[in-house]
Amino acid sequence: MMIVGLRMLIGDKTKLLGLVFGVAFSTLLICQQVSIFFGLLGRASSVVNDVREADIWVMDPAVTTIDVPFPLRETELPRVRGVQGVSWAVPFFKAVVQVRTREGKLENAVILGIDDASLVGVPDTFQLGSIEDLAQPDAIAVNPAGFRLLFPGEELDQGREIELNDRRARIVAIVDAAPAFAANLTIFCRYSLATQYTNNGRNALSFIVAKTEPGRDPAEVARGIADKTGLKASTSAEFRMESIDYILKNTGIPVSFGTVVILGVIIGIAIVGLTFNQFVMENLKQYAALKAIGIRNTRLFLMTLGQAGFVGIIGYGLGLGAASVFFSQTSRKVDALRGFYLLPEVAVGVAVLAVLIVFVSTLISLRRVLVVDPATVFRG
Amino acid sequence: MSLGLETSAGGSAPAEASTLAVQCQGVQKGFGDGQSRLQVLRGTDFDCRAGEMSFLVGPSGCGKTTLISVIGGILSAEAGVVRVLGQDLRKLRNGKLADFRLANFGFIFQQFNLLPALSAAENAAVPLVARGMSTTKAEREARTLLERLGLDGHTHKFPAQLSGGQQQRVAIARALVHKPRLLICDEPTASLDATSGRTVMGLLRDVAIDHSRAVIVVTHDSRIFDFADRIMHMSDGVISRIEERPAGGFHQD
Repeated sequence: MMIVGLRMLIGDKTKLLGLVFGVAFSTLLICQQVSIFFGLLGRASSVVNDVREADIWVMDPAVTTIDVPFPLRETELPRVRGVQGVSWAVPFFKAVVQVRTREGKLENAVILGIDDASLVGVPDTFQLGSIEDLAQPDAIAVNPAGFRLLFPGEELDQGREIELNDRRARIVAIVDAAPAFAANLTIFCRYSLATQYTNNGRNALSFIVAKTEPGRDPAEVARGIADKTGLKASTSAEFRMESIDYILKNTGIPVSFGTVVILGVIIGIAIVGLTFNQFVMENLKQYAALKAIGIRNTRLFLMTLGQAGFVGIIGYGLGLGAASVFFSQTSRKVDALRGFYLLPEVAVGVAVLAVLIVFVSTLISLRRVLVVDPATVFRG
Repeated sequence: MSLGLETSAGGSAPAEASTLAVQCQGVQKGFGDGQSRLQVLRGTDFDCRAGEMSFLVGPSGCGKTTLISVIGGILSAEAGVVRVLGQDLRKLRNGKLADFRLANFGFIFQQFNLLPALSAAENAAVPLVARGMSTTKAEREARTLLERLGLDGHTHKFPAQLSGGQQQRVAIARALVHKPRLLICDEPTASLDATSGRTVMGLLRDVAIDHSRAVIVVTHDSRIFDFADRIMHMSDGVISRIEERPAGGFHQD
């Protein structure tokens, strides 16, 4: 009887389109919003991710996120270097600074100051220039999205000059850094230069990033640093999660995106539920006739579930496909959405929600099918 | 011309040599409770023989539809005996009763009740598909029967593309395709004009009448009474009069 149910559904093309649209729309909306949500969370820890060489971050005990650093004394650096198990430790500066182009365009930027000597802390993929170029006077590297933000419509280029806090800076390299949470423009330069650009006062050291000796457990070494210095020391993984946790607890982002997801489910249930209910109501007499002929309720139940499954699979497939196309295009072409991807985990999670949407919607109508009195077919 | 179909030997109906296909004694059925209760069948006695076309006639509200619903296993009697094809229907419950209907009964409804999204052949094949036959084979059998009912060239059409008479022929095919032993027709000509009605009844008589199949027709349409072998007049929930017709009914081609 499954084939009869499917033919009934396919035969009513308007309803079928409505049902498939409902599921596809919800799938697209939820996939897109959840992926952007996880993308934003990823940005909250993007700086931690980009400092690949280090596995320990040292900071003021009050710091809970990469985006709100509290300055340390410069004298803390040798103390960290002296802790057993630390292979090396270098200063790392992070601040938000205003940038102005010669054309007068003004933008906020995240500026990251890396160790002058080792240049540790820059992602290793450069589109233009190289890490050694940062040794030049007033040299900075920016991310591609940041460059396009400053110079809209222009090709990536080296040698452009911009102003940072009334000081000249020259773009010598374009580096593939993930956009940060606070701004789309990320600037890398030497630590000594970064502190001049920001004038943050006597203490400018935001973080100390360190590497453990081979064979040592970073968590154990981090505990040693905390014990010896009284500072907070976290492994990169711990600090990444702390930074994400900060966003989750201190911003309206989870509530905002969660609301959209809930709305997606509700809208999906509303569209699919109402359309399916209309389909069932229009065919109720036929369902009654099938029951009169001798088709059991269990078979009608399975037939209806088959119809729901068919709609769900097609709708989910279309919605997922649309979401994939959206991210494949925007992650390359739209800088604001760069780094946002449709994760497989999101696709699986949304599949579960799509099943929920389809079956909750179907259950409402299914009851009508199961309770319809076959005797109604004799009532003219 | 005889286009008689063999009846199904399958199903759960006990084999019975008796020619009585339906035997009802003292059947009672009412609706509602208390003050609003309406007693429709008041100890109705009814029987119907295999190989005959029995008409059940009477004024609106006399209980005809309720009686065929009880005989068809769609409503359950509150009291009395309802024995169909040797089976006491009151002893069958839900699923078993549905299986019994599917195996042994064919229904023709006043409003046809065809599935609008299915073609004529697909509609007619539904009982066979429901009994587990492959759709290809079921539709092949349904097409054969539809052609015998004069619908060759229309088997691929949807109900909306067919006239009322053609739709009723599809409904007849659906009712007979699985070779039932009892055919229950509820006002089969009520939605048709006089000419179409007589054509449909002629086809029904030609195709459905078989020595082991009983046909019950509920109708108000006196213009088709001449197709009946027996006419049972119903009044106030009981059979008030039975007219026996000559063998083969009064209808002559």
